[in-house]
Order: sequence, then C-alpha cells, then structure tokens
Amino acid sequence: MPELVLQLTRAGFLALLWLFVLVALRVVRSDLYAASGLRALVPGRRSRTSTGRSRTARQLIVTQGALAGTRVSLDAKPIMLGRADDSTLVLDDDYASTRHARLSLQGEEWYVEDLGSTNGTYLDRAKVGGPTRVPLGVPIRIGKTVIELRS
Amino acid sequence: MQSGRAIELVLLAFASVLTTGALVLVEANQEQELTRMLLYLGAAYLGLLTVAHLAVRKLAPYADPLILPCAALLNGLGLVMIHRIDLARADRAAQLGNPEPLLFAGRQVAWTAIALVLFIGVLYFVRDHRVLARYGYTCGFVGLVLLALPGLLPASISEVNGAKIWLRLSVFSIQPGEFAKVLLMVFFSALLVAKRELFQTAGRTVLGIELPRPRDLAPLLVIWGLSVGVLVLEKDLGSSLLYFGIVLVMLYAATERVSWLLIGLAFFLGGAAVAYQLFGHVRARIEVWLDPLGNFDGAGYQIGQALFGLGTGGVGGTGLGAGRPELVPFAWSDFMVSSLGEELGLIGLAAVLVIYLVLVTRGLRSALAVRDSFGKLLATGLSFSLALQVFVVIGGVTRLIPLTGLTIPFLSAGGSSLVANYVIVALLLRISNAARSPVTGRPAAPATPLAEARTELVERGGTP
Repeated sequence: MPELVLQLTRAGFLALLWLFVLVALRVVRSDLYAASGLRALVPGRRSRTSTGRSRTARQLIVTQGALAGTRVSLDAKPIMLGRADDSTLVLDDDYASTRHARLSLQGEEWYVEDLGSTNGTYLDRAKVGGPTRVPLGVPIRIGKTVIELRS
Repeated sequence: MQSGRAIELVLLAFASVLTTGALVLVEANQEQELTRMLLYLGAAYLGLLTVAHLAVRKLAPYADPLILPCAALLNGLGLVMIHRIDLARADRAAQLGNPEPLLFAGRQVAWTAIALVLFIGVLYFVRDHRVLARYGYTCGFVGLVLLALPGLLPASISEVNGAKIWLRLSVFSIQPGEFAKVLLMVFFSALLVAKRELFQTAGRTVLGIELPRPRDLAPLLVIWGLSVGVLVLEKDLGSSLLYFGIVLVMLYAATERVSWLLIGLAFFLGGAAVAYQLFGHVRARIEVWLDPLGNFDGAGYQIGQALFGLGTGGVGGTGLGAGRPELVPFAWSDFMVSSLGEELGLIGLAAVLVIYLVLVTRGLRSALAVRDSFGKLLATGLSFSLALQVFVVIGGVTRLIPLTGLTIPFLSAGGSSLVANYVIVALLLRISNAARSPVTGRPAAPATPLAEARTELVERGGTP
C-alpha cells in the first residue's frame, strides 16, 4: 500500500475512534442534567433561590439512611414507602414496615400519610397520623431514612 | 426522560463501522486481498449487535444507551486485533516451514455469538434484579464451587502455562473463575444488604477513625483466606487481587467507612509480604517487574518486547496491521494492550481507555440512581470489577505494577472472560433499566388482611 494512503487511513481511523468517544460523551452530558435533577442549577434557567414562593415539589430526595442521595422525580402518581418489593422507594431498614407511608398529590400540595406502621412516620418532629401537608424542604423521617421534597 | 434506544442503535452502527474499517485496514496493510467478504463480515457483526439491541429494546427498554455500544466496540476491536495477530503468526509459521499455528479469531467470533446469546438469556430470565437477592446464598455456594474446582482438580485437566485456573474439556476450555466472580458479587451484595448493621456497629475509635469490632472482621478474614487460597492452589495472582479488591470496595460502599479500606489495605500488604517470602512464582514476577531488560533473554522477554512495542507505536501508532505486535508472547490475550498500543499509538489507546471509563461511569451512575440497596451494591461491584481489571492489566503491561496475568475485558482472546463480561453488561443494563424507568405509581395492593385494614375515605366520583 502506498505510504501516503497508509498515513491518511491511519489518521482517519484514529479520528473516527475519537469521534465515537465524543458522541458517547455528548450523550453522557445531555443525560447529566436530565437525570440528576440538577436542572435548577443549569445556567439560563430559573434557579431555586430566585423563586422564594412555595412551588410544587418536583422531586423527592433521600438525605439520610442507606439510600442517601437517591432522587425520585415526582409526577401526579402517589409514592409508596416501605420494605415491600413494589414500593417506589424500597427501604431496607429494620425500623420500617412493609407498607410504611404514602406520599400523594392532592391539588397542588403533597400529603404524607402513615399506613399503620409500627414505628411511625415523623414530619420534622411531629408524628404523622392522618394525611398531613408536606412543605418543601421539611424532612420526613422513617426509621433511619430521611426524605425531603424539593422543587 | 428519553429511553435512549435510538442513540444506542446509532452508536452500535458506528461501532460496527469502526470494526469493519479496522478490518479493512488490517487486510490492506497485511497485503491480503481486499474482497467484498470484509463488508459482509462487518454487516454480520452489525446483525449480531442489532439482535442484541432488539432484545434490549424489548426486555429493558429504559436501559442505559451507552453501556452496550461501548462493550460492542471494544469487542469488535478485539476481534480485529486477534485476527491480525493470527495473520502474522500464520505468516511466520509459513516462513519457518512450521505447520499452521492455532488460530484464535474464529473461536473468538463463536464465543462472541455465545456471549450474546447468554446476554439475551440473562436479560430474559432476570426481569427484576432484586430477584437475584433471594438466591444470594445459592449464588455464593455455586461461585465457591466454581472457584475452587480448578484448584482441586489434577493439573492435567486444569493447568495451562503454570496457572491452575482452567477446566479443559474435550472441545474447548473454560475458566470457571470468571463466572464465579459474577456469582460471588451477587452473593456479597445480598449478604451486605441483609447484614449491613453488623458491619456498621462501632468499635473503639483510634486516631479519629472508627474501627469495627474485631469479631466483625471475620468475613473479611474469610475472603482474605480465599484470595490467598486462589494464589496458592491456582497460582493466579491477578484473580486473587481482583476478588479481594472487589469485596473491599463493596464493603466500603455498603458501610461508608474508610476504616474498612485501611484494614483491607493492611491485610493486603501483609499478604503480599508473606506471599513474596513463600512463593517462587510471586518473587519471579516482582523481579521481572523491577528489571525486565536485565534478563531480557529469560523471564523479562515478554514484558520487554511489550515495552518496545509500545515505544515503537509512540504517539500516533504504526497503523493497524503495520506493526509487529506478534513478537510479544501472548499478544492476543494477556498482552492485547501492548498490541493495540503499538498499532494505534497513545492517541488510540487513550480513546480505548476513555471508552472503558464511559462504560464504568455509566455503571456507577446506574448504581447511584437505582432505588434499592441491593441494586446499588451489585452495580457498584460489577462496574468496579471492570475498572479494577482494566487497571491491573494495563498497569501490568506498562510496568506500573507487577504483571498478574488477567485478561482485559472484551478485548483479549478468551471465551470465558468474554461471556462473563457480557453477563456483567446484561446485569448492568437490567439495573440501569430499573434506575431510569419512570416511577410507576402502582396502586398500593392491600397487603393487610381486610379485618386489620383501616377505614378509608372514598371520594365520590363526579363531585369536584
């Protein structure tokens, strides 16, 4: 094979290889904001601090416990919390009941409701009995797990 | 969130174009005939990948779009390089008048097909990764048996080139340890989720670090003993290191306590010192590592040639098919990295490394996003095992650490490793599918018996 063609194909192949890498990294980048819930921090969008008024919660974030750091995007569907396999958030915690609590949307507000758990559900410091409104950023404690609603 | 299946298909097509391109370059540079056959081979590879893609589309529709294409590209590059080294070896044998050597490319293609079948099988049978947690102890037992089998069988069946890690059957041979690795990771995830409290119990505090209670060290001691057993019975330095590293990282991920890492590191250093004193094969590896060119005509020949190969490649590489990677013994398996480095150069090898990086980070990303502890731990273990393997192999070939004789995932010739790594990819896809699928607000099925159920307020339909 002529030397020139060899050199050209050699460089061309390396360029294609890096093109694959760049496309892959682009997908990583587009996914970063879509899935991590950091959308509020992307420049050009309204940041969380600029809207002081209470807004509807968009995601649920686990702040303490085994699942700390997990985020769940919220839509209108209720969120089940407990040890049961089909819970939205499966709590592997000796202090949690199989069906421990439920978060549900009524109108514009989210309500937490204890489903007759053994050890109780706490909103901030108060024990939750019937459906109780959950403001943004107030911790809900279930056993060792603490979750919050965020906008 | 988009499911990402379209971009996955695009990237898979891109991967097969790259593989075909590499094959054409190899054939051209090796002065083989350029026929239409090469395009058919590329199309066949694309066909295989499309089948895998359709299976993912059907069985795990929200799975991560990058994991499969990265694995496919690495596998394709590996196939081309194995074929390229086959050509060179056949050529050399013809010049010397020897009979044609054993060719590996055909076998590797067959293994790729088997691996993809198993990949689809895992996706089909494991519909929910949490089911695996229930079979934790079974997996652990089978894994242990597979791991111990080659060490206990007579050397005539299990020993190849000094390492007793094989099971030589009549037609083909497998390394059961590769599959044991995956099973043991399932076992440890299940164990750590069930017994998390035990490992988190605080002992005394020394220098600001909370140490676990001495009696809780037992599991770590067991796995340490197992690693040493692998080292002694099977003479396999790499696997021994791999098992210990994986368990250590999974313990750390489960408990978030640095003390486990420090204790593990101390165990590792102690074990390494003892192994150096007692075992000749460990000492030989260290001596070659420290001075490969000093005994170039003996034990240092392989690593020395590999270093010369990497040096010849330089920044831009010699071009695919234009180098002499076959001068390194085992260029098609353990030293695949030096072959790639010689022909693709630093630029190409860096691209390969970034592809591994993307693969591993996507796995860890799934671990962060998935909503159950077992999935988190399993995905962490699986991704980390890939990362550690890449580090140990490339570190060994480039003489950063002593050579250990592991194979690099997807690139090296070797059926067991390829199949096991595709199983790992299938499990990662399954976990990422669970992590990325939208939350299904399933109506809470009344698990409590009716007698114990609480009174519910039922809304009347129609009224606002």
